[in-house]
Amino acid sequence: MDTFFSTYVWPTLIMVGQSLLLMVALLIYIAYVLLFDRKIWAAVQLRRGPNVVGPWGLFQSFADLLKFVFKEPVIPAGANKGVFLLAPLVAVTLALATWAVIPLADGWVIANINVGILYVFAISSLEVYGIIMGGWASNSKYPFLGALRSAAQMVSYEVSIGFVIVTVLLTVGSLNLTDIVYAQKDGLGTMIGLPNTFLDWNWLALFPMFIIFFISALAETNRPPFDLPEAESELVAGFMVEYGSTPYMMFMLGEYAAIVLMCSLTTILFLGGWLPPVDIAILNWVPGIIWFILKATMVFFMFGLVKAFVPRYRYDQLMRLGWKVFLPLSLAMVVIVAFVLKLTGWA
Amino acid sequence: MGLQALFFYIFATVAIASALMVISAKNPVHSVLFLILTFFNAAGLFLLTGAEFLAMILLVVYVGAVAVLFLFVVMMLDVDFAELRSGVMRYAPIGLLVGIVLAVELVVYVGGTAISDTAKSATSLPIPALTERTNTAALGDVLYSNYIYFFQLSGLVLLVAMIGAIVLTLRHRTHVRRQDISTQVARSPETAVKVVNVKPGQGI
Repeated sequence: MDTFFSTYVWPTLIMVGQSLLLMVALLIYIAYVLLFDRKIWAAVQLRRGPNVVGPWGLFQSFADLLKFVFKEPVIPAGANKGVFLLAPLVAVTLALATWAVIPLADGWVIANINVGILYVFAISSLEVYGIIMGGWASNSKYPFLGALRSAAQMVSYEVSIGFVIVTVLLTVGSLNLTDIVYAQKDGLGTMIGLPNTFLDWNWLALFPMFIIFFISALAETNRPPFDLPEAESELVAGFMVEYGSTPYMMFMLGEYAAIVLMCSLTTILFLGGWLPPVDIAILNWVPGIIWFILKATMVFFMFGLVKAFVPRYRYDQLMRLGWKVFLPLSLAMVVIVAFVLKLTGWA
Repeated sequence: MGLQALFFYIFATVAIASALMVISAKNPVHSVLFLILTFFNAAGLFLLTGAEFLAMILLVVYVGAVAVLFLFVVMMLDVDFAELRSGVMRYAPIGLLVGIVLAVELVVYVGGTAISDTAKSATSLPIPALTERTNTAALGDVLYSNYIYFFQLSGLVLLVAMIGAIVLTLRHRTHVRRQDISTQVARSPETAVKVVNVKPGQGI
């Protein structure tokens, strides 16, 4: 009985506890990231943004949560009921499931698996199902058009994201996310004799890929200017037209969880994860999780600015950018990076 | 071993149940969704055997891309379900035959490894332990070092298939006004704007 407890019960409890802790922290972070997003948007348009609920509007997201939960969920008569309700669940579950392998600081990861980056890539490629299922099950025209658009869009940009990840893997030589961060301790900066600084991180060595990854991440998460699946001027709200109340909230939650995930992934792949920007004692003393959150929030700030600044792409422009610009560019970079690594022996 | 066995039975049961639902569901879209669930559980089974790379690739390639297009097509199809149902008995023998062939192959293979030592040694090729060589690296060795020419050849076959598909579906429509980004960008005030001196009372 003792061995049963020590081999099964305790590890399971610890695992569940860790997952719950991460999830609660993540949800609170998402609540404030949502507010941050709206504040950025407001600031760009010279508005104040939400500022009524709580000091500076700090409780706005929680008020929204209550509002969504207490509203009546309406299911259209012609909808395919099971799939209709399953779709937001799929969206939010997949978006949260990816977080299991994200290392937030040195050793702070629930599952430190060998193929971590592939796991993230696989699960985020599944996120399209939430949208397709929702769009189809609504049994209505705008949602279906939105679903079709998003399927094409997410599949197209996954390809260039995949190649960007391949270039990172070539330089790092591991699929493990923790190893990817460690590999960024030394890089271009230390090669020319500087101490460990932010110049060592992948963003500099793989600069064009950093930009391609950022833009593809916008498209992959249906963020403006690539929010065609929910373009309100053409499709009302795209795949979410028929949704309201808690299911709608779950779609939004899944979307923001995916966005924050992409911010963290950018941080891990290109901005050195939890490493401090300069390797000096006072910055090393700051815990890694703080650096990680700061960097991810900075990436999210750029996401927010893009949303506020850039007008929406037309559908054919979106496809052209994905297939005719990013795909050849990232494919060429894979070959170039491989050649450079082979010829210089850096790999 | 206990947890592994538990997860094996969960994945296996769900995989088989959803595979049954694929062929028995009334709505073809539900069939495809169950097919996706089957893939997902197959990936889980791969993970249990330690083939982590294969599991992820199954998810990325089949579930993330191929099944999306599948779903896409099935959603757009205008299928007459009654007509579809009526054909079931006609195609049942063929389906049964394929099933029997697959089952016999499986039985011969598994039985062979149980009886013959050479067959058994062939299945247990020296695979290095996960701790010293990861799946990804081991697969890379096999594909890109040992069998590079076969790998290239299969790539060539796929390329030919792709070109064939493009040639079959490509059509050049005339009278379509396409966007030409370079001419748009190359526009200057001199080429775009014409200053006309309009005389009052005459117009242009």
